[in-house]
Amino acid sequence: MSFWINPLKVAADWLEGLLTGWGLDPTLAHVLVAFLGVMLLIVILMVIDIFLVWIERKTVARFQDRLGPNRLGPFGLIQPFADIIKLIIKEDTTPGGADKVVYNLAPILSMMSVLVVWAVVPLAPVMLGVDLNVGVLFLIAAGAIGTLSIIMAGWSSNNKFALIGGFRQVAVMVAFEIPMLTMLMIPTILAGSMNMNDIIQAQGGRWFFLLSPLGALIFLIAAIAELGRAPFDLAEGESELVAGFNIEYSGMKFGMFYAGELLHAMTFGGIWAILFFGGYRFFGLELVSPFLAIPIFLAKALIGYWIIMWVKYTMMRIRIDQMLIFNWVFLTPLSFVLLMVTALLNVLLRDASTWVYAVSMFASNLLVGWIALEVARSMSKKERTKGEGNSLSLRRGVG
Amino acid sequence: MNEWLYVALFVFVGLLIPVGAIAAGFIFGPKKANPIKKSTYECGIEPVGEVWVQFKAQYYIFALVFLVFDVEAVFLFPWAVKLGQLGLYAVVEGILFITILIVGLVYTWRKGMLEWV
Amino acid sequence: MSAEQIIFLVVGVFTLLAGLMVVTTRNLIHAALWLVATLFGVAVLYTLLNAGFMAVVQVVVYIGAIAILFIFAVMLTRRDLRDRGPQMNRNWWAGALIALLTFAGLFFLLSGWGSASRVAGVIPSGFDAVGQLGEQLVSPQAYVLPFEVASVLLVAAMVGAVYTAFNRK
Repeated sequence: MSFWINPLKVAADWLEGLLTGWGLDPTLAHVLVAFLGVMLLIVILMVIDIFLVWIERKTVARFQDRLGPNRLGPFGLIQPFADIIKLIIKEDTTPGGADKVVYNLAPILSMMSVLVVWAVVPLAPVMLGVDLNVGVLFLIAAGAIGTLSIIMAGWSSNNKFALIGGFRQVAVMVAFEIPMLTMLMIPTILAGSMNMNDIIQAQGGRWFFLLSPLGALIFLIAAIAELGRAPFDLAEGESELVAGFNIEYSGMKFGMFYAGELLHAMTFGGIWAILFFGGYRFFGLELVSPFLAIPIFLAKALIGYWIIMWVKYTMMRIRIDQMLIFNWVFLTPLSFVLLMVTALLNVLLRDASTWVYAVSMFASNLLVGWIALEVARSMSKKERTKGEGNSLSLRRGVG
Repeated sequence: MNEWLYVALFVFVGLLIPVGAIAAGFIFGPKKANPIKKSTYECGIEPVGEVWVQFKAQYYIFALVFLVFDVEAVFLFPWAVKLGQLGLYAVVEGILFITILIVGLVYTWRKGMLEWV
Repeated sequence: MSAEQIIFLVVGVFTLLAGLMVVTTRNLIHAALWLVATLFGVAVLYTLLNAGFMAVVQVVVYIGAIAILFIFAVMLTRRDLRDRGPQMNRNWWAGALIALLTFAGLFFLLSGWGSASRVAGVIPSGFDAVGQLGEQLVSPQAYVLPFEVASVLLVAAMVGAVYTAFNRK
C-alpha cells in the first residue's frame, strides 16, 4: 500500500519493524507504536485547541464589531501562546477547606472526557482510533464522565456559588442528554449500525441532514446545552454566578476547564458533521488520500464550531427554569415523536425508490416541526391569556 | 488484540496531558499562600455561614426522570440498530415502548413535578 | 500468566478495593466517588469479556445517571456529610463470623466450578452482538414481553417518585 493511501499504517509498520529488529517483543512493539500514534493525535488536538482560543476571540470580536487581539504577531496569532504562558505561571491557589483530591481530579477528568471522544472519531476512511462497534454510545459515556467532573468541581470548592452553579449545570446537562440520545438513534436507524465509520459510509447517497433536518437541529440544540455554552450557560453566566463551578480554580486548572470547553465544542462540531453531514465525505474526494479527507473533516468540524459560536454570540441567556421546561415539556416529546415517525417511515418506505424515501423523510421532518411549533404556540397563548385574564380581573375588582 | 486496549491507551494519554499541564503550572507558578488567598470567594465580602445551601428537591426529581429515560434510550439502541432489517411488527413494538414512557412523562408534567419551584 | 489474566487480576483487585473504600470511608461524597470507581472497574471487566455494549451501557447508565442520582440524594438529605459514629457496632464479631462462613461456602462452591481458570471465549468475527440483542428484544419468540414490561416498570418508577415527592410537598 502506498504512502498516500494509508500513511499511518505504513509508518506504523516501518516503526514496528524497526523495534522488533532491535529485539523488542512484537506485542510490546505494537503497543508502543499505538501509544505513539495516540500521543501524536492528542498533541495535534491540543495544538488545535490553542488556536481555537484565537478563533474564539477573533470571532467574538467581529460579532461585536471590534477587532480582537491584533498586537502579538500577525493578526494576533501569538496571543494564545501568551495566554498559555500566563496560565502556567499563575499561582495555583487552593481554597481553604477544599477537598484536595477531588478538587485536583476534576479538571483532569473534564479534559480527559473530551480527549477520549476522539478515539472513535473517524478522520479518514482508514484512519480511525478504534473501530468500536458501539461508537455512538461511547460519546454519551464520555459525556457522563464530564458531567461527573463538574459535580466534583462544584462540590469540592467549598464555595456556595460553585455548589449552586455545579448542580444547575449538571441538571441542565443531564436533562438535555435525552434529546441527544434520541437524536443519536436517528443516524443509527438510517445507517443500521452504531459504528461511526458505518454511519459515514452510509451517507453515500445523501447526507443524513437531508433525510432528517429536524434531527440535526435538535441534536445541535442538545449539544449546545451539553457544552454549557450560551444560550444555556446559566451555570457559568458571568453576570450571575460569577463563574459557576470553576470559581475557585486558577492557573492551569482553570485553563483545562476553559480549553476543554472549547475543544469540546469543536468535538461536537465534528460529531455533528459525522452524524448528519457526511463526516469526511465530499463527493468522493476522500478516497484519493487521507491527506485530503482530514482537512475536509476538519473544515466541517470548524464550520460546526462556527455555528455554535454564532449561536452563542447572538442569543440571550435563558433562565434555568425556562431551560428545564423547554427540555422536558417540548424537546423530549418532540424528539421521541420524531424518532417514532422516522422509524415508521423507514419501515414503510424501505422498498420505495430513494427519491420518494428522501422526499418523504424530509417532508415528515418539516411537518413534525411545524406541528410542534403550532402546539407550543397555542399552549403558550393559553398560558399568556390565563395570566392576563387574572390581572384584568384584579383591576376590575379594585377599580 | 482487543480493540478496547486502544481505548485504554486513549484514556491513559488523556489523563497524562492534563496532569502534565497542571504539573507544569505547579512547577512554574509562585507558591506564596496566605490566609486571604485561601478564603473562598463570596462577591468580595467575607464568607458567611457554612457551605451548605438548602438543596432543592427538584434536583432529585429531574435526576430520576433522566434516569428513567436514560434506561429507556439504552433499551432502544439495539432496536434502532436492527430496525433496518426488521418488519412493521418491531416498529410497532418500539412505538408502544416509547408511548408508554411518554405517558409517564406527561403524568409527571401534569402533576407539576417538572416545575422549578 | 497471559496479559489478559494479569489485567483481569489488577482490575479485579482495584474494583474490590474501591468497593471496600465505599463502605469504610467516613465522607459520604467520597463514598459516592469510590462507588463510581467500582462501577468503572466493572465496566472494564465487561470489556475483558468482549461485551463492549454492556461496558458502555454500564458507564452511561450507572455512572452517568445512577451515581449522579446518589450524589444528589446524599446532598438532599444530609446536612453533615461526615459520619461521626463508630465504624463498628457491638456485634461486629457476629457479622465477621457470618461473613467468613459465607465466604467459605462460596469458595467451596466455586472451587468445584471448572471455568475459573478459563479466559473469555473468543467471539467469532462478524458476530454483531448489538444487532443480535436488538433482534432478540423484539422477536415474538424471544424477549418482546420483558421489553414491554420494562417500559411499564420504568413508568411505575416515575409514578412512585412523583407520589413520594408530591406528598412531601
